[in-house]
Amino acid sequence: MELMINTLTLTARFTVALLIASMGEMFNQKSGIFNLGCEGIMSMGAFLGMLVPFLYGGAGTVPGYINAAGLIAGALCGALMGLLFGVVVISFRAPQGIAGIGLQMFGVGLAGTFFRSYIGGTQSITGINAKAIPVLSEIPVLGPILFTHNPVVYIAYLMVPVAWYIIFKTPWGLKIRAAGTYPKAADSLGINVNKIRYESLAVGGAMAGFAGAFLTLCQAKMFNAGIISGRGFIAVALVYFGQWHPVKIFLGALLFTFAQSLQTQIQIFVPQFGYYEFLTMLPYILVIAVLAFNRKSNKFGPAALGKPFNREQRV
Amino acid sequence: MENTEIRELKVRHITKRFPGVLASDDISLTVGRHEILALVGENGAGKTTLMNIIMGLYKQDSGKMFINGEEVNFKSPNDAFDAGIGMVHQQYMLVPNMTVLENIALGMKSCWKGTWVDLDSVRSKINEISEKYGLVTDPDAYIWQLSVGEQQRVELVKTLCLGAKFLILDEPTSALTPQETDELIILLKKMSSELSIIFISHKLNEVKALSHKVAILRHGRVVFEGNTADYSSKDIAEMMTGHKVNITENNEEQVNGTPALTVKNLCVKSDRGFYALDHFNLEVNAGEIVGLAGVSGNGQRELAEFLNGLRKCESGTYTFFGTSLANKTPGEIIASGMGYIPEERNVEGIVPSMTIKENLILKDSESSRFSSHKILKNKIIENYAEEMMSRFDIRSPHINFTAGSLSGGNIQKVILAREISRKPRFLVCVYPIRGLDMGAAEFIHRQLLELRTNGVGILLISEELEEIMNLSDRIAVIFKGKIQKVLKKNEANTKQLGILMAGVKDDE
Amino acid sequence: MMNNYKLWFKISVIACAFLIALIAGAFVILAVGGNVFETYWIIISMPFRNFRSLCEVFTRMIPLTIIALGICVSSRCGINNIGAEGQMYMGVVASCAVALHCEALPKFVAVPLCIIAGALAGAAYGFIPGFLKAKLEVSELLSTVMLNYAATQFFLFCIRVPLLDPNEKTGTPMSSRLPESAVLSKFFRGASLHQGIILALILVAVIYVLLFKTTWGYKMRAAGASERAANYGGIDVPFYLIIAMCISGACSGMAGAVELMGVQGRAMSGITSGYGFSGIVVALFAALHPIAVIPASFCFGILLYSQVNLQILTSVPPNLVETVQGIIILIIVSVQMVINNPYALEKFRKRFFTKKTGLTEV
Repeated sequence: MELMINTLTLTARFTVALLIASMGEMFNQKSGIFNLGCEGIMSMGAFLGMLVPFLYGGAGTVPGYINAAGLIAGALCGALMGLLFGVVVISFRAPQGIAGIGLQMFGVGLAGTFFRSYIGGTQSITGINAKAIPVLSEIPVLGPILFTHNPVVYIAYLMVPVAWYIIFKTPWGLKIRAAGTYPKAADSLGINVNKIRYESLAVGGAMAGFAGAFLTLCQAKMFNAGIISGRGFIAVALVYFGQWHPVKIFLGALLFTFAQSLQTQIQIFVPQFGYYEFLTMLPYILVIAVLAFNRKSNKFGPAALGKPFNREQRV
Repeated sequence: MENTEIRELKVRHITKRFPGVLASDDISLTVGRHEILALVGENGAGKTTLMNIIMGLYKQDSGKMFINGEEVNFKSPNDAFDAGIGMVHQQYMLVPNMTVLENIALGMKSCWKGTWVDLDSVRSKINEISEKYGLVTDPDAYIWQLSVGEQQRVELVKTLCLGAKFLILDEPTSALTPQETDELIILLKKMSSELSIIFISHKLNEVKALSHKVAILRHGRVVFEGNTADYSSKDIAEMMTGHKVNITENNEEQVNGTPALTVKNLCVKSDRGFYALDHFNLEVNAGEIVGLAGVSGNGQRELAEFLNGLRKCESGTYTFFGTSLANKTPGEIIASGMGYIPEERNVEGIVPSMTIKENLILKDSESSRFSSHKILKNKIIENYAEEMMSRFDIRSPHINFTAGSLSGGNIQKVILAREISRKPRFLVCVYPIRGLDMGAAEFIHRQLLELRTNGVGILLISEELEEIMNLSDRIAVIFKGKIQKVLKKNEANTKQLGILMAGVKDDE
Repeated sequence: MMNNYKLWFKISVIACAFLIALIAGAFVILAVGGNVFETYWIIISMPFRNFRSLCEVFTRMIPLTIIALGICVSSRCGINNIGAEGQMYMGVVASCAVALHCEALPKFVAVPLCIIAGALAGAAYGFIPGFLKAKLEVSELLSTVMLNYAATQFFLFCIRVPLLDPNEKTGTPMSSRLPESAVLSKFFRGASLHQGIILALILVAVIYVLLFKTTWGYKMRAAGASERAANYGGIDVPFYLIIAMCISGACSGMAGAVELMGVQGRAMSGITSGYGFSGIVVALFAALHPIAVIPASFCFGILLYSQVNLQILTSVPPNLVETVQGIIILIIVSVQMVINNPYALEKFRKRFFTKKTGLTEV
């Protein structure tokens, strides 16, 4: 029972980074860009989330502001990297899969380089701590699972309905969907497809950067070069799994994090279990299995995903 | 959004160059108030490019455009919409996974309210337009649920909702049945009392029925302009192609060959999940050409793909010289002597980034002629390629040029060379001369007839009735995945085929 | 004369790209407080300082070349193998397991046996994403990445439990030292270059012949260049996809085996040292041509070797190299698109190769 409650509590908290990153990736993919560089963007976000409080925090500062600044710095950097990716895949029309790997190596490498020279070794920060909400958190079972988190967690959950609204109800969402499904149609109506794609990359990148910063500020409270450990790639996979729908992506993120949290809790509760590497492996295998048995249905997916738009291309 | 009436649209000396192609060459045209201009020309003559320039989608290299005598410079389709010009593209510009309402809202900037889309105002605008012109659409249907005809209505409604006073229609009838075409022509005639229209087509009967003026484009140039009423279809056809229409004809006696290809009760699903072929029956004998006539989209593509193993059938039999080939792989079907000239020659018939030489052995790399123990015999392949280049008159500097860099006619010759030199027992040809110049078309037709004389059975799938009537020994008409009727060459005439293609049974 | 401007166009685009890469790298070096020229000089000159350093570069070329060859095959067949890292781990595990049982065998039996074991394990691990892509349409980009993480965990388990060195007391999980019979010998005393380079060179020839002289290679290239046309031509595309992934995986597995047997001598964590990803960059840099892989992997051998020198001689963190590789990928893919863009070519021609007529370009 305690194992289950702990697992679910962790799930509720650990989903956040994945959730925000995959929501960002959803915007990218809805507009037709397959951003495999999410991992690299998250790395840089995570690094900045560490750097800002490390350099500017300390005595005499308000931790809340500094931490918020860390999150914002991560998001800004993510947006910039999204735009950089845009230059490569939108303006130069480079193949997106390989370019994404390039962005990933660039981001992870750069974060590692800067980390070594600005921070050096293993350092920890106070970060944003979990705060139990009075009264509500005392409800048995549900209380600890739902109401013992830091404030950013709640904001992140709000992103699901917000993302849904943006995609399906706003003019911008309308344009994104058109650009990702049938860019020529959008173009024939005077919508600047490449501009929309740049915008979605900036937004998606900002969300990935924010997710990275969240990881260091709220979860790990420290940084190392491998901190993202594939979350960026999983975020990309979750978008496929959720078939480009925010609610389904949310469920996917929960499922995946549940598997991951269960794995860590089994290591704590059943220490004599000698095969923990296999438990660590489990979530990754889960993603592959889900992709294999969840064949994509084209009806609602962005049909032009991964295809650069070229108005004068003559077929 | 009110805009002033368009009394006159004038383009002067428009030139547009794509890398390697001169798509528009010094074009000048004028369309007056409530006038219908038909723009005719063969595929690739530059009609669509010109219209995309008018819409602000392409930027011309030189030349000017005037509305009501004032020079305009459209930087994007938005400017064209604001000026009251709207276009229905040949390939419908509708996002399939959005509703009709959303598709129209996508273009109506006036309903974008920052954080939300005012769908109600779009809905009332649609209703207003629908009532005015009698164009019925369901605003809440998803595009992928609609038939081609319905999608076209949505396109028209969309264009009108965006305030178009001047319509450009790019081959609006190419995917419609003759009945739908007639309805459209009546509608457009009615509309012309309020609008000006440019109507692009290469079907001359429609041009005659609808337009006031006609302009003919050839190789990016306007070669003729005049009043439609003053010229016959035949005159226009001659000017369109640039020389007297001289079509290869099949005058041979019909031979009673043995059955080569027989399909019975064939049911095949399309990509969208419905039955594209529904209990389809067809028999083709060795040494005859059977023409399959029909409006495209009635199951021709699925039939060709099925016969060549590229699509699976749900039920039915497929016998090829006595052996069953239903749901065999393409490799097995090729091995049993089937040849195939596919519809999309540029992406399916050749590997564009590979050389001509490599494309010529696409189906035969494993044959003992071109390889032994999996090692390719380069010298033999090169000699063979040289031979094919001269025999089939493939115009390219060298056998090591990439096939994708060739012109359409030469690509088709590469495919033909490969298919014919394999000595097939049967050949499926889909739209073999679509988009080709007359010289290449004639060459290809002669090759097909020669094959027939050598006892090869040929299934010729085409939309061009003339092509079918000239080459076929028998003509089968396909409609909604079924054979309407099979006619002998001497029994068939264009009128009767047209009626059959529209889905009306002969005896009704 | 006709093609003159095309050649100049290519040269100037590549020169520009090279310049941009250098400048981008310079910015990173400046940002971490390094001396740009000193850093670049160390990267370029150190390998040529003496024979031993040059051997270090050659040693790094071996796994890079082998992996890049595998990437050439898979990419030419239209499948992006990002999973070389995982396949390499599997190769290490398999060849290590075999090697530890080879004590009694003579060298000429043991060495090939271990390499084959590595190749088979890699091929099997490459088969999975190939199969998933061919039969279930699972994006290989995602499945290979996921399999990398899974392979890392499997590897860690293997060196912690079944392959663990019983004499290891420090608590660092690692396998026992390989028996002498399974070790690739060095050519020169005191220099790291080992016999694996022979295997690498043989593989270059093998992959070249496979891709360009055999029907298999022909069909793989056709499948990669246009899946539809290959299908139409009766080529069993899924089959060749799977084969290409198996070959690619086998190469990565062999690279793992060779690295284990020639350099490290025992399996321990971090043995792949990122070669799996660097191999992708090398293959791209070589434009997916097996012969060009040799000079390309020499360049990247220099770059990877510089990690050692940077750490000793400068304050610039060695992670710089990974960053630079990322930049190089982004630039290569962009440059390829510019070079193949007829519009850019046309502009270039107009700007520099038409006689001035007095008209000014807007």
